[in-house]
Amino acid sequence: MPPKAAPERVNDFVIKIGTVNGTGSASANGLLMKAVFRSGVPVVGKNYFPSNIQGAPTWYEIRVTRAGYRARAGQVDIMVALNPESYARDLQEVVSGGYFVYDCTWPRPALLRRDDVTVLGVPLARLCNENFQGVRTRILMKNICYAGVLAALCDLDLDVIRGLLAETYAKKPQLVESNMKAIQLGYDYARKAFDCPLPLRVAKLDATKGHIIIDGNTAAGLGCVYAGATVGAWYPITPSTSLMDAYKSFAERLRATPDGRKNYVMIQAEDELASIGMVIGANWNGARAFTATSGPGISLMQEFLGLGYYTETPAVVFDVQRVGPSTGMPTRTQQSDLRSAAYASHGDTRHVCLYPANPEECFYFAATAFDLADRLQTPVLVLSDLDIGMNDWMCPDLKWDENYQPDRGKLLDAEQLSKIDKFWRYYDHDDDGIPQRTLPGVSAKGAWFARGSGHTQYGAYTEDSRDYQIVLDRLRKKWITASRLVPKAIIENSAPIEGEGNGTNELAIVTVGSGDAPVREAIDRLRAQGVAVDYMRVRGFPFGEEVETFLNAHKTSFIVEQNRDAQLRALLLLETGVEKGRMRSILHYNGMPLAAAYVVDGVMAAVQDRARPAAQLVR
Amino acid sequence: MTFMAKPKVAHPELPRNALGLTRRDYEGSNSTLCAGCGHDSITASIVEACWANALQPQNLVKLSGIGCSSKTTAYFVSGAHGFNSVHGRMPSVATGANAANRKLHYIGVSGDGDTLSIGLGQFIHAIRRNLNMVYIIENNGVYGLTKGQFSASADVGTKAKKGEVNSQPPIDPVQLALTLGASFVGRGFSGDKRQLVPLIQAGLRHPGFALIDVLSPCVTFNDHEGSTKSYAYTREHYHAAVEADYVPRAEAIAVDYPAGESLLVPLHDGSQVRLRKLEPAFDTRNRANAYAYIDAKLHEGEYVTGLIHAQDAPEHELHAVNRTAATPLNRMPYERLNPGAATLAKLMARYR
Ligand SMILES: Cc1ncc(C[n+]2csc(CCOP(=O)(O)OP(=O)(O)O)c2C)c(N)n1
Ligand code: SF4
Ligand SMILES: [Mg+2]
Repeated sequence: MPPKAAPERVNDFVIKIGTVNGTGSASANGLLMKAVFRSGVPVVGKNYFPSNIQGAPTWYEIRVTRAGYRARAGQVDIMVALNPESYARDLQEVVSGGYFVYDCTWPRPALLRRDDVTVLGVPLARLCNENFQGVRTRILMKNICYAGVLAALCDLDLDVIRGLLAETYAKKPQLVESNMKAIQLGYDYARKAFDCPLPLRVAKLDATKGHIIIDGNTAAGLGCVYAGATVGAWYPITPSTSLMDAYKSFAERLRATPDGRKNYVMIQAEDELASIGMVIGANWNGARAFTATSGPGISLMQEFLGLGYYTETPAVVFDVQRVGPSTGMPTRTQQSDLRSAAYASHGDTRHVCLYPANPEECFYFAATAFDLADRLQTPVLVLSDLDIGMNDWMCPDLKWDENYQPDRGKLLDAEQLSKIDKFWRYYDHDDDGIPQRTLPGVSAKGAWFARGSGHTQYGAYTEDSRDYQIVLDRLRKKWITASRLVPKAIIENSAPIEGEGNGTNELAIVTVGSGDAPVREAIDRLRAQGVAVDYMRVRGFPFGEEVETFLNAHKTSFIVEQNRDAQLRALLLLETGVEKGRMRSILHYNGMPLAAAYVVDGVMAAVQDRARPAAQLVR
Repeated sequence: MTFMAKPKVAHPELPRNALGLTRRDYEGSNSTLCAGCGHDSITASIVEACWANALQPQNLVKLSGIGCSSKTTAYFVSGAHGFNSVHGRMPSVATGANAANRKLHYIGVSGDGDTLSIGLGQFIHAIRRNLNMVYIIENNGVYGLTKGQFSASADVGTKAKKGEVNSQPPIDPVQLALTLGASFVGRGFSGDKRQLVPLIQAGLRHPGFALIDVLSPCVTFNDHEGSTKSYAYTREHYHAAVEADYVPRAEAIAVDYPAGESLLVPLHDGSQVRLRKLEPAFDTRNRANAYAYIDAKLHEGEYVTGLIHAQDAPEHELHAVNRTAATPLNRMPYERLNPGAATLAKLMARYR
């Protein structure tokens, strides 16, 4: 059946591919995304995968976005359904006027019926069975064949695809040919059977120059190499594992030495209690050491994080957040640890946190985190999430400042020690709350004893109330210093809209981390509807002065975050003097990345003073 | 309790080691443990061993968990950095510290509670990694610092101070370490400094994980009639199977030992441990035999002491496996770690 005429939507639509995990569809999905990118058209990739190794449904979503938005669109225009188990719900998800492509080797006319959706059957299995030998090859080729179908439907350039395959299989040219053959099969079939291209098509642009496609974990691992990290200790947990893998492979290649000796150590620890202990031990001994984990790991690290805070030992912890509570949904995204990271451990403990919003910030914040940890002599937690960490994002090229030197903070060397009378570990020489520090192995004069028990400003054990309190109060002072050193919040004030009732300083949206992309898109859409909103994204904890000033300057700030309990809002309430009524929550916590529509809905509901529609469970 | 500095008076006639330092230079702050606590005697043996090995104080790193035993790292070598970490987790801090600088000497002090209960996992994994450190368990069969509960090393039938009898079988760290393939395993008694000091000296030179379990009576909670970790009981039941002597490198060539009577275990820096067998049936080099022997003796109610097992050339040490550079990672100049802006620019092509 030829597709019905629909309004043209060039470079602005969403393809979603539903397959069975473990069948090798990842390469076809990556290929399609890159083909769009290489056509000069901005693109977003989202992988919705199960906590399972083989046999469960899995989806990949490609958003073609001329405007360069970076969030998921929240709707599906073309569904490629390759998993009969999920046909029914995949069909439901297609937007009215959209398309549903499936393998009609086994026709399902009764099941696949929706008057407002065009169903396109392609006999993928039959095509591949006729043209390839061997069960495994046939399955793999079926998962490449649909890329050819989409290329025809969306007008992707086959030369671009061939070029990509040639790069991927540079060392196995025969694979280029077999893959290309499968693509051509799908392509030719679609061209013959349907009216190609669809109104939803890609037209070449020049909007991806100077950009790359990368995930946040890869970028963060690379950032740790550039930041000069030498010790990485971890215990595997989704979605953080690929960060350590990335560090390892970059360190291996980019830091290769003539004699093959390594200038880094990677330790797979026995658990997260051990990985954070190793990170603290290594930093205490002067290496830049880090770990990556997720919520359950943060829970296990609590005691050590408190020790790090009180002994004033640097540490860098990447928390790639996932859905909680408990094991939650390990392969779904959430901003679930904002609160537990900020105050991890017992006692008056608090931690410097950084909140990257995208892979490029994951990269740059790595060095920032190590510099802050060394400068402030305290653990620093970098809170990314599954959406940032494991999805493919289009980012500006990563750059490195050739003049960068690690800030090791107030670290006294042998010569500096020789010039002072006596070394006092916890004494506030500079009135900024940051004491001086020495490393083992340098000089007996600088020797000190790190302990989690009460200590005086000179470093000795104490149970004396006054001596104890002097140190605790100085730590508070250091916290204030920290609020000046963490990355400032990004603030963008909107221009008033002519003739509309609201202007700047009326409404604002405040968000954190991966809330950035959907909120920015939402602000554009709200403006198109006549609502001007200012924007703030917090990037560090403790919050800088600018955060409170911004909140106090707005009548209503919508705090947009991805958890049920309004954790960011709770931190803002606790850590600033802003009154409760100024901050209204827009919460999204179903495990899927946030889309702009949800934010727009939330704001409009408030603006129009109507009840917000119940949260839709969008897959 | 406030910190009290120990007066340091150097007597000209005090003996000096190769660095010209006296034993006083290896002392720490005053102990706050109960008078007569076995742990204090072990501290004295550590001081003696470090002095005798002529260790630069700042080249020693002291690590511990939590407990009376773990406190003692403050009581020796004040010129060394120390890290009194959290309960049962000293091995991970030691692992990280060692990863950062492979050139220093690491000594960890723990208790039977710290090691065999809360810290058993980390202890085992430090052995598994053959972490280059000396790991001393100050083993008193009780949790001293929390006032006398049984620990996992308490023997069946041993009596607590208030009369309670332990009925759970103990975990013996020495047997555990042997089954895990530890490359250096010794046992001592806090009251036998002559045996303990050479064990620590040799452990400090051993290029891998050196476990020394030291029976160390808790005078306050576990030194009564009916306890199997009291001074009286230990004196009666400890069984010195081998006598160890530490032989520094310079002397090794000069001294000639009659073959058969003694066994020389070479250490990686050319020094040696000389073991004088008191029990002909005992063979320290053979792990299975060592295990069988101490197990049999345990069934007779005797703790075998001395150097129980040592491998000449232990494998799989953390840095050996990793092939880490010789320069300690914490001294690696940034220039050697930074791949540079141009490399990054080139790398970007892979992501287009
Ligand atoms: C997480 C945690 N749990 C419990 C304690 C309380 N605690 C302190 S010392 C100790 C037992 C120490 O026993 P052991 O290691 O045998 O040392 P000893 O005092 O006998 O030398 C316990 C349970 C603690 N400090 N931390
Ligand atoms: S309680 Fe026992 S272990 Fe602790 S210091 Fe006193 S004697 Fe030693
Ligand atoms: Mg004990």
